[in-house]
Amino acid sequence: MNQLLEVNDLVTSFRTAEGKLSAVRGVSFSVDKGETLCIVGESGCGKSITTLSVMGLLPSNGEISRGSIQFSGEELTTKNEEELRKLRGNEISMIFQEPMTALNPVFTIGYQLREPLMIHKRLSKREATQKAITLLDQVGIPHPVSKLKQFPHELSGGMRQRVMIAMALACNPSLLIADEPTTALDVTIQAQILDLIDDLKADLGMGVVMVTHDMGVVAEVADRVMVMYAGEVVEVGTVTEIFEAPKHPYTRGLLASVPNIDDPDHSMEAIPGSLPNLSEEIQGCRFHPRCPFAMDKCMEMEPPLFELSSEHQSKCWLQEVKHYDKQSATSS
Amino acid sequence: MINSPQPLLKVRDVKKYFPIKSGLLRKTMANVKAVEGVSIDVLEGETLGVVGESGCGKSTFGRTILGLEPLTEGTIQFKGQEIGGLSDRKLKKFKKEMQMIFQDPYASLNPRQRIGDSLEEAYIIHTSLKKAERQARVRELLKEVGLKGEHYERYPHEFSGGQRQRIGIARAIALNPSFIVCDEAVSALDVSVQAQIISLLKKLQQSHQLTYLFISHDLGVVRHTCDRVLVMYLGATAELAPADELYKNPLHPYTKALLSAIPRPVPGKKRERVHLKGDLPNPANYPTGCPFHTRCPIGTEECREKRPDWREVKEGHYVACHKVSL
Repeated sequence: MNQLLEVNDLVTSFRTAEGKLSAVRGVSFSVDKGETLCIVGESGCGKSITTLSVMGLLPSNGEISRGSIQFSGEELTTKNEEELRKLRGNEISMIFQEPMTALNPVFTIGYQLREPLMIHKRLSKREATQKAITLLDQVGIPHPVSKLKQFPHELSGGMRQRVMIAMALACNPSLLIADEPTTALDVTIQAQILDLIDDLKADLGMGVVMVTHDMGVVAEVADRVMVMYAGEVVEVGTVTEIFEAPKHPYTRGLLASVPNIDDPDHSMEAIPGSLPNLSEEIQGCRFHPRCPFAMDKCMEMEPPLFELSSEHQSKCWLQEVKHYDKQSATSS
Repeated sequence: MINSPQPLLKVRDVKKYFPIKSGLLRKTMANVKAVEGVSIDVLEGETLGVVGESGCGKSTFGRTILGLEPLTEGTIQFKGQEIGGLSDRKLKKFKKEMQMIFQDPYASLNPRQRIGDSLEEAYIIHTSLKKAERQARVRELLKEVGLKGEHYERYPHEFSGGQRQRIGIARAIALNPSFIVCDEAVSALDVSVQAQIISLLKKLQQSHQLTYLFISHDLGVVRHTCDRVLVMYLGATAELAPADELYKNPLHPYTKALLSAIPRPVPGKKRERVHLKGDLPNPANYPTGCPFHTRCPIGTEECREKRPDWREVKEGHYVACHKVSL
């Protein structure tokens, strides 16, 4: 079996002053071994909450109210904190956007790198130190031995992110979740980090879930892409399908609003309006208030995910006709 | 070094050092060289992009031009008048003409003040309008940046990121300036909103005859918004050229590396990358010779010893590198 992670109909909600709000509304996806799935969407679309739900790291007012998360055949939603802790940092690791807030400022890099190794792998301190040096070397940090004694504030942003990656990889996880791993970094450093994750993925056969809003990054690292809008999956497909034949108007809008360096004549087009509030109830398709192709049907009924190819699905009524045409063609 | 169209702003040899003081007598031990000798002209009506990695001094440069940071050395001429080193009082009349749009408008808005009142302040300080006139102006201003008149009564937290940036823009254009420094004005926004704000900036440039200094680390956005682009590295100018020219024909090895590192939104088209070694050097310990020599793939002995001149190699294309010959 090649499937590493399978999320089915996940609903994550938050208890707030305005009542119970769902940030993730019935999201399903899967990740295979050695595959990179990119989750894209505007901020507030629920992409980070999806990954935090998988990690079991939701804030205290959040909960998974429906759905299942299966990791190598094991159900994660029913696990208690103790069982989850054994998985986190060991089988599943996460890289966060801002390494300065994710690293502990009062411990040395060496201490923080040894910690998961000593807890999960039961290595002795000396063995863990050896392993920590190899890890730092692996992520391309010069003079790893001297770095072990340094504190996070003594390192540059790129170096800190490398340390985060080294920590995440310490126990050879089979699934790596990266939430905007390069957003805070400069392009030259970003290029180094993306190449690094790609190399390590190939070497270790990890599955990677990467959350990003940068379509350039997606095109470069993804095997498959999942586009989210207002807590829902609106389109999934292979990276070529999404970039060359995007079907959902939101995906098209996202791609059109990305500046293309190689094509100066490409006009950047904005998607009108902004993301709806979580508390806002929208009848029908959640994208219809911003959609240039909205029909009457879109305002009344929520579209299902239409199957366009074995990998490609789009949650849009525009696909309905084509979908049935194809179906009748295959059945006759 | 003289450009043919009218320069609105002439910057010559501008340096900005931040002293590091220590010891009992607070003796200056070293200087962080944030801006190290920048000489450029900003032409009337253009959008001049300034790009570079974080810590390259692009923001400090923008702030120094506006007089928000005292100048260490050099001259700045605005519309032919020297403004570098003026006192705050003398600078006040120029401040009306020169404004800034910040990356995070939320941080620059008073959370306990209504938006309308925040915007009104500019008129209280710089004009002698009556209260009713001021308020009418603010409402007009809000409409001009794509907000509604009734937003006057709202507080900053009631707005989304894109709307707040519109407020930041409204504040900047309130006094009809001629020059605006946009410091990472769209960097914190989502792509779809980013495109909205960029088109607003372009529209205002037309209607108000604005000149922009557009500071950004996003080379894609810069290509689409700027007429000319200045590449900065470690406080110094590396290359300056019209946008098309710079992206098609980069000359400085740093510009080449920077451009090759941008992820392209086209799958399967992985570019051959110029990998840079290491990180940005510490500007408190400024390298000798060419500031880029520590990371340069083609650096030689000469680069380590002699600082390259800022020279025009083609019409309008300036570069600071020993190895570029044309």
